[in-house]
Amino acid sequence: MLIFEQSSTGRSNEAQIPDIDTKFDDIPAAFLRDESPGLPEVSEMQVVRHYTRLSQKNFSIDTQFYPLGSCTMKYNPRGCNSLALLPGFAQRHPLSPDNLSQGFLACMYDLQEILKDVTGMHGVSLAPMAGAQGEFAGVAMIRAYHDANNDTARTEILVPDAAHGTNPATATMCNYKVKEIPTDKEGDVDLEALRAAVGPQTAGIMLTNPSTLGVFERKIKEIATIVHEAGGLLYYDGANLNAILGKVKPGDMGFDVIHMNLHKTFSTPHGGGGPGAGPVGVSKRLLPYLPVPMVARQGDTYSVIDEDDLPTSMGRLSAFMGNAGVLIRAYVYARILGREGMHRVAEFATLNANYMMARLKQAGFDMAFKNRRATHEFILTLKKQYKELHVTAMDFAKRLLDYGYHAPTTYFPLLVPECFLIEPTETESQQELDGFVEAMIKIQKEAESSPETVTTAPHTLPVRRLDDVKAAKDLDLTWQ
Amino acid sequence: MPFIPHTEQEIKAMLEAIGVDSIEQLFDEIPAALRSKGLEKVPQGLSEMEVGRLMRERAAQDERALCFAGAGAYEHHIPAAVWELTTRGEFYSAYTPYQAEASQGTLQLLYEYQSMMASLTGMDVSNASLYDGASSLAEAVLMAVRANRKSKTKRILMPRTVHPHYRKVAHTITHHQGITFDELEYGREGGHIDITSLPKDPGDFTALVIPQPNFFGVLEDIDALTNWAHEHNALVIAVVNPMSLAILKPPGKWGEIGADIVCGDGQPMGAPLSSGGPYFGIMCCRKDYVRQMPGRIIGRTTDLDGKTGFALTLQAREQHIRRSKATSNICTNQGLLVTAATIYMSLMGPKGLSTTATASHNNTRQLISALDQVAGVRKLFNRPFFHEAVFKFDIPVNDVIDALSAQSIVAGVSLEHHYPELDNTLLVCVTETKTAQDISRYAESISRISAKVSASQQSAQPTMA
Repeated sequence: MLIFEQSSTGRSNEAQIPDIDTKFDDIPAAFLRDESPGLPEVSEMQVVRHYTRLSQKNFSIDTQFYPLGSCTMKYNPRGCNSLALLPGFAQRHPLSPDNLSQGFLACMYDLQEILKDVTGMHGVSLAPMAGAQGEFAGVAMIRAYHDANNDTARTEILVPDAAHGTNPATATMCNYKVKEIPTDKEGDVDLEALRAAVGPQTAGIMLTNPSTLGVFERKIKEIATIVHEAGGLLYYDGANLNAILGKVKPGDMGFDVIHMNLHKTFSTPHGGGGPGAGPVGVSKRLLPYLPVPMVARQGDTYSVIDEDDLPTSMGRLSAFMGNAGVLIRAYVYARILGREGMHRVAEFATLNANYMMARLKQAGFDMAFKNRRATHEFILTLKKQYKELHVTAMDFAKRLLDYGYHAPTTYFPLLVPECFLIEPTETESQQELDGFVEAMIKIQKEAESSPETVTTAPHTLPVRRLDDVKAAKDLDLTWQ
Repeated sequence: MPFIPHTEQEIKAMLEAIGVDSIEQLFDEIPAALRSKGLEKVPQGLSEMEVGRLMRERAAQDERALCFAGAGAYEHHIPAAVWELTTRGEFYSAYTPYQAEASQGTLQLLYEYQSMMASLTGMDVSNASLYDGASSLAEAVLMAVRANRKSKTKRILMPRTVHPHYRKVAHTITHHQGITFDELEYGREGGHIDITSLPKDPGDFTALVIPQPNFFGVLEDIDALTNWAHEHNALVIAVVNPMSLAILKPPGKWGEIGADIVCGDGQPMGAPLSSGGPYFGIMCCRKDYVRQMPGRIIGRTTDLDGKTGFALTLQAREQHIRRSKATSNICTNQGLLVTAATIYMSLMGPKGLSTTATASHNNTRQLISALDQVAGVRKLFNRPFFHEAVFKFDIPVNDVIDALSAQSIVAGVSLEHHYPELDNTLLVCVTETKTAQDISRYAESISRISAKVSASQQSAQPTMA
């Protein structure tokens, strides 16, 4: 039942309503609304009960193993949340004077320094509010750099065909043409195709390493040389930074600009689809173009850097200082992990992925790149099951829900047919991974003996498969 | 090992299953020359107790400030239930509801949010949110360019009464795509766009942006401006504060046919100030333009048994399907903040929301009356306003800000940085969270510093013999 359907005219929550004179006569009627907005009139208890019940219809990291590839669904420590909600942080107005902001600014400055170190970049701005905005900032900086050099013939961004959809969409937003580069059969970028594609029109290349195929791009140094020699810059999509945190610094691989997804690698909550945070890091030559605001330190005093201090900046991306509360959570996480904890993230994420891959292989499942090591994730293909049993990756995914596991990412990357992109993360125990493997084995058996159990799954959730065509055709987007 | 559950024994068993001797061996595809030489600036790890102490000390440095600043971020009471529920793990640690059957909680909540926001703005449809108010204006501009097929110029009329940071963000995000902004000047008496000052022959333009209330808190002539834009075949992009819509005319009813796209920041609906984020961006529009709208949209549908359910819809607009031809590169929204806002709006209801809005407005009027008695301060702009006002001082505004912040009062926001003509002015907002005592304390502090500085200015004057 919708919250609106529980509403009774005239019901209100007096405990939440200010007891202040509300009569006013200074705003003429032409500016006022003539009917109340259609908000529900429900009691506080009804609200608490309704949204508690709704929450129980969700799968989440706190309730289920959630191996959604490329999303790094690791445990979100509770301590990070409660410390970010301390009154001094939660109640600080974004335009407070610096002398009422030193505690907050110190955290932001420290986080900038930590991120510089783990990525090997020369400067970091925390401004972008999500990975996609970080990408935008990054590509806009590439454009600003070429423009500053009067190098206006560079009109193309290269993107491997396995890339996230945000990469080409971002390049378009920066008015670049997108040229796709194919992948070879071992999952690396096709170097011959890359050599043929670069030229004086190349502004840069956007790469994820490890790639979205779950493997480390081994020829990264050659790629960097090819692109740099052609005058282009290298963009690092930090979607998979969890796999190499503390082990390899993107700066050492030759990248000029990177973004990080703090909601992945630094374990801030995914929140049902945001908020994220997508800080960017740059090499020396891109320092003048970083987005504002940033935080500077002089002695023991912290201050905000804005457009006036950095007039060459690619600009401002949010009204204030990005998703500050998310940044605080990431900072707490980084301080708990510390120097020695950073590389353990990569190590145990990699151990878990390789262990799952080994066990699934042993159980007879096919891997997309069976000769490669898994990074923090790997791709399983159900092409055989589809061909022989007419059971799809989607069917397996839905049946996994019945077994109490969130499905891995399905049908991405598009290059691999009937695929699962599986990312267990470092915070899962061996027992949890074993449980998932057992469920896959059971579903395989069901697919062989009673395939309709799988093809009509899920059977135990609040709803069965939904009619997406109807949803898009008979648009019902608001309650009337 | 923080947050890593593995025991020595399990590590050994797992390595055996893989067929390697060490974790290190799993990284053997990475060229040795690329391996990190170690971290220098990352400090040693801390326990939760230690980091808790550090963070409490830092938070305490910024605490106790009595806040009279608004300028796009407003301190309102947030019922305890809002964040108690929002931080339930099932909301907090879920992701984008790709697996609809396992995400009905988030999906239904987003559908309820869309319904509430559409009703508040008086528009047909709402998306499930964007990043913040400023970036939602940028996305609204891009959307207007896609939606207005009659206009060929990608030219946007942008009043200077729109939040200066919003204008900057709109430029940053859209200028690569050839979009240009023509600034509209405001009247110095009213602090609003004077309808009689609009160009008689503005030429082709794609959209007019109308802020309500505007950055100064002043109310714009929304009906006349909306009609004027429509007469010139342009779309109207409304920038609103959702709290104000509890009492102000919703954009869907502006002028003859209403605004076309509505954006703004949802922060006043249950998001703490939190240094500027995370907040969330509002985006609503008329039905005809829904396929041009960016971001996630939730639809109500049925399952195989005909039972009602909710799912992401119109995904063909989005980057994961359309790639370089998508409406935007946006991927996530601000789901957690929308969760808070939906719970907030449910708890407050129409009465709670309108009481909060009017209580804030009346508190600001109280402050105006109090400052009316103080020499050397006067309110600028003679137009109707909502819960925020501009004051002009006879003394340097930085003296005011410094004197008040020494008493842990955030005095407001100085405007001269963005509006050189408004030197020594402060934009001040008093929400329902302030008491009569707070307002007196503010006015007394202003009175003291004004008297002190003007006295020292006078004593510094050369005296005529």
